[in-house]
Amino acid sequence: MKILAVCGNGLGTSFILSINVNKALKELNIDGECKNMDLASAKTEVADYYIGTPEIMEQLQDGNKKTINIINMVSADEIQKALTSHILGEK
Amino acid sequence: MFDFIMKDILGTPAILVGLFALFGLLLQKKAITDVVSGTLKTIMGFLILNAGATVLTGSLTIFGEMFEKAFNIEGVIPNNEAIVALSQNAFGTETAMIMLIGMIVNIVLARYTKFKYIFLTGHHTMFMACLLAAVLSTSGMGSVPLVILGSLILGALMVLLPAMLQPTVREITGSDDIAVGHFGSFGYFVAAKVAKLTGDKTKSTEEVKVPKSLGFLRDSSVALALTMTIMFLVVSLFVGPTYIEENLSDGTNFLVFSLLQAITFAAGVFIILAGVRMLIAEIVPAFKGIADKIVPNAKPALDVPIVFPFAPNAVIIGFLSSFVAGLLSMFLLPLAGLAVIVPGLVPHFFCGAAAGVFGNAVGGRRGAIIGAFVQGILISFLPAMLLPVLGSLGFEGTTFGDSDFGVVGIIIGYIINLFS
Repeated sequence: MKILAVCGNGLGTSFILSINVNKALKELNIDGECKNMDLASAKTEVADYYIGTPEIMEQLQDGNKKTINIINMVSADEIQKALTSHILGEK
Repeated sequence: MFDFIMKDILGTPAILVGLFALFGLLLQKKAITDVVSGTLKTIMGFLILNAGATVLTGSLTIFGEMFEKAFNIEGVIPNNEAIVALSQNAFGTETAMIMLIGMIVNIVLARYTKFKYIFLTGHHTMFMACLLAAVLSTSGMGSVPLVILGSLILGALMVLLPAMLQPTVREITGSDDIAVGHFGSFGYFVAAKVAKLTGDKTKSTEEVKVPKSLGFLRDSSVALALTMTIMFLVVSLFVGPTYIEENLSDGTNFLVFSLLQAITFAAGVFIILAGVRMLIAEIVPAFKGIADKIVPNAKPALDVPIVFPFAPNAVIIGFLSSFVAGLLSMFLLPLAGLAVIVPGLVPHFFCGAAAGVFGNAVGGRRGAIIGAFVQGILISFLPAMLLPVLGSLGFEGTTFGDSDFGVVGIIIGYIINLFS
């Protein structure tokens, strides 16, 4: 499974988020990898899920993308809960 | 043999950062495939950064020529990515060494002092390392003392600046888990101080309705292309078609030519960012992994957009207020005898927005507006005042954008002047 962490520049916020998402994926036993990317590139990059702040996800959403909103990029708890409800909840 | 190691291996920044990544990956005991791909990607990231600089330089030179022809004064575009990429031929090795040793100094300081911050904004660490290399080199000191002094200053900044912002960050996030690690700290600090004095904390920006349509500026490549297009078109109208079509565009219509150059500039920055992203992708996790083991209770100091979700309205209000200040400063700067700093949407968006969030946390909406406005003035005047201390780098038509680069560069430049 491919997950993209997205922010405006694709450098700071999304990078930290990707590290934390990867950690959460491991703990939840989900087989997947999270990479970070800037908003412009992410629009044309295919991934199973996109994760980031609500404002960025709204920019990214074209009706066909599965997006996950995160407010606190470093809260392991919030990330785990979001991944659980979005990814594990679907199965 | 000595020459081979010193000059061709350690003296080639691309190879040097590749080696850092290699050691970092080996230290973390990664699988051999990860080590190979991580090392190669780090080197490739550095080479992509250089390629982006080449794309950008052409457009930057043309903008400089047009601006000077139109107004008879020098116009400078502050852009961290651009100036760092352009300086890698002259200061690449020093930048890489200062960055690495500075990170080690950061870990040591976090371990043994009360400032438990680990500065994880890798691209800003790199930009500050580059600024320190450039400014310290104007003193004429040798490479070894330059790297040692530069790393100590960098490591100290990496813990002290997040510490300076932390009281306000606590008010914004309502917790003490994260810190802000971004070299615009001085601007946010001043914004928060001014906001506290002038504002009213109880009237938050988050009660105001703000149009969502400005959200597209979060996409920094769009914001950059848009600013450059407006700037190029305005300047080209002042220059007129004759000069541009005869001397610069080789007969192509002057407006079409300006439009293409503007977007080429944005494309150059986009390439550089892609390079930086690959470059820090291996170095920062290694740094974080080592820091997590050595420093108990370490607080991650993160890139400034980390505070944006806590006050989305303050983000837009802060950006607008900061940008207005930048436009006003453009007219004030020549009166003060300084180079004209062309306000960019990217620095004003990120730093202005953050100043708005900081201002709102201690001074409500009035605090957000006034704080971000003061921040906008700072990131217009500081880059202009920084130009003379950058030495040969000061003539490239671009400079560092965020406030700390200005403050640190100007202070060090002043100290060097005292001794020489």
